[in-house]
Amino acid sequence: MRIKCPYCGERGNDEFSYLGDASVKRPDPSAADASDAFYAFAYERKNVAGPMQELWYHAAGCHAWLVVTRDTRTHEISDVKPAQDVALEQQKTASAP
Amino acid sequence: MTQSQSFRVAGLGLVDRAQPLDFTFDGVPYTGFAGDTLASALLANGVHLVGRSFKYHRPRGILTAGSEEPNALVELRSGARREPNTRATVTELYSGLDAKSQNRFPSLSLDLLSINGLLSPVFSAGFYYKTFMWPASFWEKLYEPMIRRAAGLGRAADAPDPDIYDKANAFCDVLVIGSGPAGLMAALTAARSGAKVILVDENFAFGGRLISDWRTIEGKSGSEWVNSVVTELASLPNVRLMPRTTVFGAYDTGTFGAVERVADHVAVPGPGQPRQTLWHIVAKQSIVAQGSMERPIVFGNNDRPGVMLASAVRSYINRFGVAPGRTAVVFSNNDEAANTIDDLVRAGVTVAALVDTRPMLPPAIKAKARKHGIRVFEGAAVTDAVGGQRVSGARIAAAYGSINNIVCDLIAVSGGFNPNLQVTTHLGGRPQWQESLAAFVPGTLPKGMSVAGAANGSFSLAACLREGARAGANAAAAGGFNNGSASAPAVEDELTEVSAFWHVDGAKHKAFVDQQNDVTAADVRLAEREGFRSVEHLKRYTTLGMATDQGKTSNVNGLAMMAELTKKSIPATGTTAARPPYVPVSLGVLAGEHRGKHFKPTRLTPSHDWAKEQGAVFIEAGLWLRAQYFPKPGEADWLTTVNREVKTVRSAVGVCDVSTLGKIEVHGTDARKFLDRVYINMMSTLGVGKCRYGMMLREDGIAMDDGTAARFADDRYFITTTTVNAIKVLQHLELCRQWHWPDLDVQLFPVSDQWAQYSVAGPRARDLLAKIVDKPFDISNTAFPYMACAEITALGGIKARIYRLSFSGELAFEIAVPARHGDLLMRKLMSEGKEFGAIPYGTEALGVMRIEKGHVGGSELNGTTTAADLGLGKMASTKKDFVGRVLAQRPGLADPDRPRLIGFRPVDRTARLRGGAHFIGKDDQPIAKNDQGYMTSVTYSPMLGHWVGLGFLARAEARIGEILSAVDPVRGETTLVEVVSSAFYDPEGARLRV
Amino acid sequence: MLSSDRYSIFSVLAEALKGQTGWKPTWRKAAPKPSYDIVIVGGGGHGLATAYYLAKRYGNANVAVIEKGWIGSGNVGRNTTIVRSNYLLPGNIPFYETSMKLWEGLEQDLNYNAMVSQRGVLNLYHSDGQRDAYARRGNAMHLHGVDAELLDLNGVRAMYPWLNYDNARFPIKGGLLQRRGGTVRHDAVAWGYARGADRLGVDIIENAEVTGFRIDGGKIRGVETTRGFIGANKVGLAVAGNSSRVAAMAGLMLPIESHVLQAFVSEGIKPFIDGVVTFGAGHFYISQSDKGGLVFGGDIDGYNSYAQRGNLPVVEDVLEGGMALMPRIGRVRLLRSWGGIMDMSMDGSPIIDQTPVDGLYFNGGWCYGGFKATPASGLCFAHLIARDEPHEVAKAYRLDRFRTGHMIDEKGMGNQPNLH
Repeated sequence: MRIKCPYCGERGNDEFSYLGDASVKRPDPSAADASDAFYAFAYERKNVAGPMQELWYHAAGCHAWLVVTRDTRTHEISDVKPAQDVALEQQKTASAP
Repeated sequence: MTQSQSFRVAGLGLVDRAQPLDFTFDGVPYTGFAGDTLASALLANGVHLVGRSFKYHRPRGILTAGSEEPNALVELRSGARREPNTRATVTELYSGLDAKSQNRFPSLSLDLLSINGLLSPVFSAGFYYKTFMWPASFWEKLYEPMIRRAAGLGRAADAPDPDIYDKANAFCDVLVIGSGPAGLMAALTAARSGAKVILVDENFAFGGRLISDWRTIEGKSGSEWVNSVVTELASLPNVRLMPRTTVFGAYDTGTFGAVERVADHVAVPGPGQPRQTLWHIVAKQSIVAQGSMERPIVFGNNDRPGVMLASAVRSYINRFGVAPGRTAVVFSNNDEAANTIDDLVRAGVTVAALVDTRPMLPPAIKAKARKHGIRVFEGAAVTDAVGGQRVSGARIAAAYGSINNIVCDLIAVSGGFNPNLQVTTHLGGRPQWQESLAAFVPGTLPKGMSVAGAANGSFSLAACLREGARAGANAAAAGGFNNGSASAPAVEDELTEVSAFWHVDGAKHKAFVDQQNDVTAADVRLAEREGFRSVEHLKRYTTLGMATDQGKTSNVNGLAMMAELTKKSIPATGTTAARPPYVPVSLGVLAGEHRGKHFKPTRLTPSHDWAKEQGAVFIEAGLWLRAQYFPKPGEADWLTTVNREVKTVRSAVGVCDVSTLGKIEVHGTDARKFLDRVYINMMSTLGVGKCRYGMMLREDGIAMDDGTAARFADDRYFITTTTVNAIKVLQHLELCRQWHWPDLDVQLFPVSDQWAQYSVAGPRARDLLAKIVDKPFDISNTAFPYMACAEITALGGIKARIYRLSFSGELAFEIAVPARHGDLLMRKLMSEGKEFGAIPYGTEALGVMRIEKGHVGGSELNGTTTAADLGLGKMASTKKDFVGRVLAQRPGLADPDRPRLIGFRPVDRTARLRGGAHFIGKDDQPIAKNDQGYMTSVTYSPMLGHWVGLGFLARAEARIGEILSAVDPVRGETTLVEVVSSAFYDPEGARLRV
Repeated sequence: MLSSDRYSIFSVLAEALKGQTGWKPTWRKAAPKPSYDIVIVGGGGHGLATAYYLAKRYGNANVAVIEKGWIGSGNVGRNTTIVRSNYLLPGNIPFYETSMKLWEGLEQDLNYNAMVSQRGVLNLYHSDGQRDAYARRGNAMHLHGVDAELLDLNGVRAMYPWLNYDNARFPIKGGLLQRRGGTVRHDAVAWGYARGADRLGVDIIENAEVTGFRIDGGKIRGVETTRGFIGANKVGLAVAGNSSRVAAMAGLMLPIESHVLQAFVSEGIKPFIDGVVTFGAGHFYISQSDKGGLVFGGDIDGYNSYAQRGNLPVVEDVLEGGMALMPRIGRVRLLRSWGGIMDMSMDGSPIIDQTPVDGLYFNGGWCYGGFKATPASGLCFAHLIARDEPHEVAKAYRLDRFRTGHMIDEKGMGNQPNLH
């Protein structure tokens, strides 16, 4: 399996390490329901069979975390973005009126 | 002794008769020619009996001329290079080749275990599931040893493989797998368009069927045409030709695994030459042109030496110039095989009969047979081969039931062709049944893959050439190379009709579906009767298709027979999807050079050579080699050495290489905020020029790593991690930075390898370092107190950093210089330290002193302990959030009864302690319900003069002074221990602040 | 039972005289009835064992096992056949030891030879720290009445004199040996349980895929399948890698990820590896089957997957371990590789528990250790379903343990399933 790192180009998956589902985001620790939210964040997984956004880290490359969209049934990768860009975009959306 | 190659046919074949090669089989010397396989050379010498079958030890010969061979397996080479189960049909003959038959006792022609054949009524499929159950203990003692004695075919070498293996990567626009007519045309067309092409073929000669069948293209013989194409391809700079290379698997994103047999065709690889190379081929487009494999028909005694696939007969005649017999019967259900009579006649073999299962042969074939005076049986079948260790006749049931016994020594059989579509199914594609071909053809293909020629079910030469050219042009065009012409040479279309026929009714003898595993037609019927009807159940119950040939000649027959028994269609019964590898691949090549000392890279610190000069004993710490201790002449054992090192550090000064620590620069205006969020304690309040011990948790509330943070400027911190967690912590921090808090202004720079770092510890540490650091830096206790840090120069202008940190509990410093100066610094520390009695100390003494001080190490940070478990709960700030804070509050982790870290000493001070012992109340039974905790780290304390240990114990703080049993049943020891504070040495910490 | 339905050397010999024509189907090809007391979803080892013990020990044979394909097509048919109970934590040891004891009597209980072969499981260590960690484990096993021996280097050499001792990057220092560990013929486990359950009246329904659950006021009523609706008072899920997909049909989200684990078998060669050997400095473990094939595996590929296949880096990683430990196998050939979908839980330990849906029970999270657990998993799941309370040895396998912080984390890897 090969992943197209936005910074380094296409590389074998052995250069990357995997974290998992990128749809779970670290919750607000000061929220009233923080303990439930952190439980869900750390443990509950949709574990989708199909296209999934997931976090990969280019360990043997540029050290960028990436949000990779990959079909878990076929391993086909349809999109790769720097995780920091995705996270900033999400913050912008969240803070938009 | 036959050495005459009396079955070699003059004027036929591509072998080089000017290059005779000597070889031995079962110790008997023979001669063949360059260009032979072991199988063709054996056949040239009239040797047909080459092996024994797995279960019944039946005599077996050579069925095929390719990698699908189920029977002709030999042990090739000897000693450390012995290769079991090597297919004679693909083994390239070399001078001095030495092969032995397998699975026979005492000899190939007299095999006592062939008695198993007589017991075959008992040894039916799966009989072992029904018996050998009583009594239970007899399984390991009697039944299984008996079964294991009979298991396996060849023997593995009994010494380490002496050869080397290599790995390589290749990238191309178009990968063409197979160099028959379709593959050659595909490669040629794509290459002419300018695309980067790789052409692989598992054979040592390019050409596929074109060098095995008697064909002409553009007025040239098949082999001449192949030579002209290969010559052109070889002349193109954008083409890589890879013969002797098998693509064994298709993997994701256009990655293919391939093995090149670099030196399997010589007796011993040349100096430095790998035996084989594992290629990772990354291809934008791939074309599968692997042709097809012929399948046999299942009839009685169809496994006798002398029964051979018709296509193999043609290969041996046309490619190798060998007649596989003197008198042949051809048994077929298709035109291509029936035409084998041409080749047999050309080779001077008498064709006694053409037996075809079809009621009406095409007139052209019939006429041809008549011309040669060959008896033709239409709508007929060979029910049985006659003969024991060699075919001596064929029993033929004619269309109207009459039985004819015909004398022959060769039965050329063909049940039709299976496209070689395995690689198209490796990524999940399912083959589709095509009734008109009586075969499975490729179904949905992976992205970027196409199939051409016989692999696609297009069996005629014209279609192969056409499809190959088209596939080559399309694949090139997909990569932007549009100037290829997809034209192919025109050839006459031949007859390729086939009529499905799987097995013969009315056989008198055992009829084999899977020859290597001895699965018979009766076994398939038994499987059906017992409900093992899904094709996967059939395989698993009977072992059909599980042998070294992976059922290449048996799967479809078995499937068809099961379909017939269950009155279902073949596709409803199952399919023949395959998994890698396409053919068996040596384990050595998959490992490559990563074995022995090169299993993993070895990381050495900048002063490693110096340590080696001192005679240090090294120990693996992750990928690092670290000095474990520095023995002096005359020291009796490691403990003596370590005790001396500890005592010297605690009384004078010692230097320990701590360069392996993980080191990360944390920069940015938000660095302070960032560190507050990743450490449980406050780092934002750390003053510039100060260090602080810190602990990080995982998000689940468990301790991840400990280390120190040093602040060199408002926006510049430097942190350390433990050696083993260096990579993990960086990855975690990058996740926090990039994903959790992308808006923070913070940057991380891993600098573990950039700094050589040394701990200088002991009462004379300052005296020593005062000689090392450059003026005007003031190293006094007032100017540079405990937990201070500074950027300085040392040794006359070398950039350096100094930290007043202590792991040992002594007055101590860590001094770091750029890695290239590490060796110099170490040497200087030693030479300048002589007057203070300085010594180097290793990881062992480091570990002793940290246990004496009750500091946590890897055994305590074991991934299941919380900060509170480690006695560091109070470090956690309540004024901020940090990673792991929320989930650490879960009841299971916040439970005050969880085992806590505490110290232990033996009640009998002469007793030794053991890591891994469990704590039990001293009067309690050593059973699980009395288990109260476990010992994590132990050491002999030279300062205290007895063993001390750290461990986790429930409600530990309240139990100081209690006596417990430390039970260690795996070492047969029980030791009474006293619960004590974990600060064994200098509990007030007075020594480190001076 | 009829003579040819009771398996023994005598019935085999009797059948040999009549051409093996008298054998009955190993299990009936049952068609679904409108309803059952209990429906078990998943005709793998765990599901079939559950049905068997429900009928045999808990007196309920009004049970159907429904399987989307052919029985045994999941992980019971694609694993490295190892059985052992060499666990560390008190939540696990009694459970796996129960399993081991059931293995030891399985064949006589089922009248089916699954070739339970106790030739020993040896885990090598390469450092003092690893030795002490294994000592802790071995001692924990002893405290639970389980056999374990800590071998030093000579002890390992005596068992396997041909391992790489002299040229190793991480030299072998010793090993933890469980002599009662070993291997079992994996497919036969599914068939043996199927036959046993079938003979007690359980319906085994193949080619019936679950498409949904009928849940009424929080109570399960039955399952929708590709062979129609099947009513049930209780439904148990034992679908391994498909746990999340099936549970989602009942509206549940699980602490599980599906990952692919590859495994490998070599060509058959004359046996020279007696037991199971696990490398302690790489990802490699190996045994040799009674047919002569070297059966080996290593780490999971490490990314979520429902495709029953993996990629080359792990293949190479496994063989690097193999050659580092056993350099004599270099010229033996890899014959087959396959991938199984592992239900990796968030702490590496399984779940056998009730769910928020009344009458719906869950069994999963087996990671790559499900095969050895098969008998105890079946027994404990049957107990839970029949009695509505956890079996004594499976009490720790609660679904809510992650919420309460009572993880059972043998490897200490935390909530990252691909590291367990």
